[in-house]
Amino acid sequence: MTMQSPFGDLDGVRQRHRDALLAGNSDRLRELSIACGMLVLAGIALWQLEFSFVRIWDGLGRLGEFARLMLPPAYGAEARLMIYLKALAETLGIAFLGTLCAAVLAFPLAFLAARNVTTSRIMRFCTRRFFDTIRGVDTLIWALIWINVVGLGPFAGALAIMTSDFGAFGKLFSEAIETSDQRPVEGVVAAGGGAPHAVRFGVLPQVLPLIASQVLYYFESNTRSATIIGIVGAGGIGLHLSEQIRTLEWPTVSFLILLILVTVALIDWISSRLRTAIIGKRAL
Amino acid sequence: MDAAIKNSAIKSLPPGQLALLHDAYAATLRAKRWRFLFGALALVVCGALAATAAEIDLSKFFANIGRFPNYLKQLIPALSLATLPADLAEWFWGWKVWGKQLFETLLIAYLGTVVGAIGGFLLCFHASANVAQTRIGRVAARRVLEFCRTVPEIVFALIFVIAFGLGPMPGVLALAIHTVGTLGKQFAEAVENIDLAPVEGLTAAGATWVETMRFAAFPQVAPNFASYALMRFEMNVRGAAIMGFVGAGGIGQELLTAVRKFYYSDISAMLIMIIATVMLIDMATERLRHSLISGERQA
Repeated sequence: MTMQSPFGDLDGVRQRHRDALLAGNSDRLRELSIACGMLVLAGIALWQLEFSFVRIWDGLGRLGEFARLMLPPAYGAEARLMIYLKALAETLGIAFLGTLCAAVLAFPLAFLAARNVTTSRIMRFCTRRFFDTIRGVDTLIWALIWINVVGLGPFAGALAIMTSDFGAFGKLFSEAIETSDQRPVEGVVAAGGGAPHAVRFGVLPQVLPLIASQVLYYFESNTRSATIIGIVGAGGIGLHLSEQIRTLEWPTVSFLILLILVTVALIDWISSRLRTAIIGKRAL
Repeated sequence: MDAAIKNSAIKSLPPGQLALLHDAYAATLRAKRWRFLFGALALVVCGALAATAAEIDLSKFFANIGRFPNYLKQLIPALSLATLPADLAEWFWGWKVWGKQLFETLLIAYLGTVVGAIGGFLLCFHASANVAQTRIGRVAARRVLEFCRTVPEIVFALIFVIAFGLGPMPGVLALAIHTVGTLGKQFAEAVENIDLAPVEGLTAAGATWVETMRFAAFPQVAPNFASYALMRFEMNVRGAAIMGFVGAGGIGQELLTAVRKFYYSDISAMLIMIIATVMLIDMATERLRHSLISGERQA
């Protein structure tokens, strides 16, 4: 007798393995309802935010025209180019100095927030909430606040980047310290070292490369933030960019965007080279 | 040193070898110190260059630094215990308007994330090295994603405000484009790490590329995708809060006005509302992400 195909008796298979075949259904129902809920919410959002297809269509038409006007990129007079390049240098300066100062300031405080170094629960809680609060305020808002303190200009930008990164670094550094291996620390203590020795010779050598690579990573992302910080008047190329957009000088706009893209790519490349030099191919 | 070694109970190496080892150790240490010194010097030089470029004026800083605590002090209005409810009511006098705008901010972030995630989802399979159909398509998809995430969202918002008019719509579109870039890249990296056996199986069974992606690639990466999208939503809430600075909707507009006009207590009230919302969202999404990840582990 020839063997019957397992699918010949499809109804029988369904009958016998009903539970197995139905098992996925509840999951599928759940996924479907989540998707429907998200769509409904998106619909509400579209309605609340007064989206209209007429506006989108008209806007797209205008956007196409802008894109056409943007080509070819041009910077106008030679003197303007020098101004833009100076603003670009300013942007890099803001990003570099802001990141560096934030790292230097956050480094000692991060130890206060790390579970394996600071035993006082209250101290840890306070430093953490402090970092969280600072982090909750965006760089641009910090820039506005610093402008009120030190006036318009790149200095306010550097301070803004410093402040908002201070919160982020505090969190990252303390996490790096917490995940460090405890054995070197125990070794130092067993050999008669005190708490400062344990931190210097037990913790620091482990966390420094990690911290350095995180700082580099933030420098990259800050180059991006520093390009826009000028929009509120805190120095850098953002001021020129927003001015040129508002006066509809599209060729200059595209030139400035290109300039930013090239600079960011360059900084990314340099910093990723440095990062691999510091920590090897290991991921962050 | 020599005397200490001679007197110790531990058996020592012959003196010549010991000296050799000692010298090698000293040389390594010296090289390390030089490297450190060199690095520190480079850092200082770069810092000085950056300071000149950024027009850092420390005298101005120290002359004005007193204004920073003053400013912070002015942010907090006078609260007295006796009249606390009335004081709080006065502090948060505009909570209805601000709450409505905060809600708008959340909607902008949500819609931007959803639209951006859909865009990133459509592009990510074309951009990942292991499943992309054509080389040209892959390179093109990658360049598009790179462009979308390198141009800051607020620059897109500036341009879109002119093209689409003031309001939340340009904000949503700006966030969406930025999200396409960032999520598309993360999605593509997730796809690049999948197990290719199911893909081969489906291809061998005669499935089309779309079917292969749907039934072989997608189930492997779905939890990752959801987790990345939630994380991006968190960031977009922060991003949406400042969209109003350029007229692209949300609470940013009010905040900018308050800061520019020195309405101190309004600034702090809005900041507190923003920070509280951001923290709540962070906590909620972290919960969701953990449940997603643990759900994946159980499955």
